[in-house]
Amino acid sequence: MQQDKLIIELQSGNEKAFERIYQLYSVSTYGIIFNIIRDEKVSEEVLQDVFLKIWNNASTYDTSKGRFFTWVLNIARNASIDKIRSKDFKNKKLNLKSDNFVDILEAKSNTSGKMDAIGLQKYIDLLEPMCKKLIDLLFFKGFTQKETAEELEIPLGTVKTRNRVCIDKLRSNVV
Amino acid sequence: MDINKYIASGILELYVYGALSESESAEVTRTLKKYPEVRVEVEEIEKALLTLSSAAAPYDPEFLLQSLKEKLSRRNKVVDLTQKRTNWPAYIGWAASILFLIGLFTLFNENRELRQSLQALQTEKIQMETDIAEARNNAQKAQQLLSVLRDKNILEVPLQGQSIAPDAYATAYWDKEKNITYIDAKDLPLPPRGMVYQVWSLKMDPLTPSSIGLLDEFEGDENKIFQLDNINISEGFGITLEPEGGSETPTMEQLYALGTVSS
Repeated sequence: MQQDKLIIELQSGNEKAFERIYQLYSVSTYGIIFNIIRDEKVSEEVLQDVFLKIWNNASTYDTSKGRFFTWVLNIARNASIDKIRSKDFKNKKLNLKSDNFVDILEAKSNTSGKMDAIGLQKYIDLLEPMCKKLIDLLFFKGFTQKETAEELEIPLGTVKTRNRVCIDKLRSNVV
Repeated sequence: MDINKYIASGILELYVYGALSESESAEVTRTLKKYPEVRVEVEEIEKALLTLSSAAAPYDPEFLLQSLKEKLSRRNKVVDLTQKRTNWPAYIGWAASILFLIGLFTLFNENRELRQSLQALQTEKIQMETDIAEARNNAQKAQQLLSVLRDKNILEVPLQGQSIAPDAYATAYWDKEKNITYIDAKDLPLPPRGMVYQVWSLKMDPLTPSSIGLLDEFEGDENKIFQLDNINISEGFGITLEPEGGSETPTMEQLYALGTVSS
């Protein structure tokens, strides 16, 4: 209920509510964006664009259609994909399709030594490779079930249930 | 509805991912409002994914909030898109201002010069007006003299230089009707200081001189024509040099010019 109230305040143009939303979702959104773009500065730009869109288009968010988190997630993925498809970004670097979020976590725990990344990576290491791929495509990249099935060459009917198992494992480690 | 089976189907994960169609999502939303355990399940999935994606962030982008808030408050203001570009209008403006100032200065200088030459011209004009007035005056005088000379009633008497000044010469014009005698003394030498020419009307037999006047202000008078009253019945005219103020009788040693009236 508290979350719903916060969103109503955001929709009425309350800057304090916006600040709270930023605190709640900026790190996660930055992670989503960075996983697609793989450039810190460009990701920062996209992150700001995403939160400006959240502020400007808050009234278009409809609770009945889905989670606020999902709404933000969609904006972030779309903005990131638009960015890497844009001409100026293509000229800058090639997007490596094989990259997934696991690389980031590995790189992060190797260099920055941040506890949360190290801790999380330990659990992710416990996930089987198929789980990592499923979560990367479905969650981080926003693939549909059909696209995921084709990408991973698995039956369409198994995407939903196998993903469920993967998330269960993740949750038992994280939460 | 078997809630546990519903949860186990994996639809809720796809719901949070945003991987469901719009109608499927709306359906899940309705279900989670109805069943609290579905809602709790969705919140836990969401929490796990939030943690996972946060771990993928290179760092906490907290510092971006300030500039973001500035952008929010600037939403209604005009965003200056030309800031980074060369500000041509400003440069042109400055250039125009400088040109304008140069132009203004040039005009100012020109104006000052014109004013100066105008002043000079005005002075010149005043001088010319004075000259013209003088000339007109002179012309008037000359006209007057000319009319005198042309008057058939006027008798011209040449006065020849005498032994003291053989080159001296003068002419008397005698208007018998108006009793006026004009003396043209142009060819008389300048009188010495403290001396003055005195004009005498002469009767010949016996020689009787009577003064008809002095040629005052001799040096200052330009045309050297003097108008004197003469009521005498003159038979001749003589001019002598006398002490200032004139004399009762002519000083014959100082006789400069003499002539008789031819009858």
